[in-house]
Amino acid sequence: MKDKLVTQQRTRTQAGRADDGLGPNTDIGNRLRALYGAVQEEGVPAQLLDLLEKLDSAEQAQKNGTATRDGE
Amino acid sequence: MSAEPTSFKREMLATLPSLRAFAVSLTGKHDKADDLVQDTVMKAWAKQTSFEMGTNIKAWLFTILRNEFYSQMRKRGREVQDSDGAFTERLSVHPSQYGSMDMQDFKKALSQLPDDQREAVILIGASGFSYEEAADICDCAVGTMKSRVSRARTRLQDLLKISGEADYGPDAVSAQVTTSNHSF
Repeated sequence: MKDKLVTQQRTRTQAGRADDGLGPNTDIGNRLRALYGAVQEEGVPAQLLDLLEKLDSAEQAQKNGTATRDGE
Repeated sequence: MSAEPTSFKREMLATLPSLRAFAVSLTGKHDKADDLVQDTVMKAWAKQTSFEMGTNIKAWLFTILRNEFYSQMRKRGREVQDSDGAFTERLSVHPSQYGSMDMQDFKKALSQLPDDQREAVILIGASGFSYEEAADICDCAVGTMKSRVSRARTRLQDLLKISGEADYGPDAVSAQVTTSNHSF
């Protein structure tokens, strides 16, 4: 029952997508993706990657109970 | 040992390029987009216990970013809002399959959409979300999301047709001057 409902929902979504004019063969869809893709291809700034590294290592240090003081 | 934080980090890393592209589409400026992504990463990290591994981390991060953007906009008002909208800055990687004038027109058309329609068409058309996911992210009904996308698409088609015709008209330059703001 529940599965069927989910399937119905999915079918409806796909049907909705098919005529939303943004699919692979549409001018607007393709341009949107080209623009978005161009930003994605710029890569992630080093500063952001550093931040994630710091957050992760701080958490690891806390978990291991060794709150190391490395100046940051 | 504890593999979970690492996999949370890994999933976040995988989502960052798309999250950043969405941020650029909201702020219109790369430096502001990067600040916004940074705030989002910190927020998300702080609330990672509320995230269930195996569920949709991309939608979760997009939701946090979008909420953060609008809450900053409410707090700071004009300072954040001074952009011309989506992708107005020169991109360092040019979408190669389109001519630069062509893409310029498209960016301009996109920036003329109301904010809610622009984010809808980007989430569905470019970020790859389903209508249900996009509706969750924007905290609206699925039907609302569908109608925003549909109106955005119609508007874009109209605008692009107009700007195409303007190329042949005598007044193409002055026509461009009037398109620098969000239209409401």
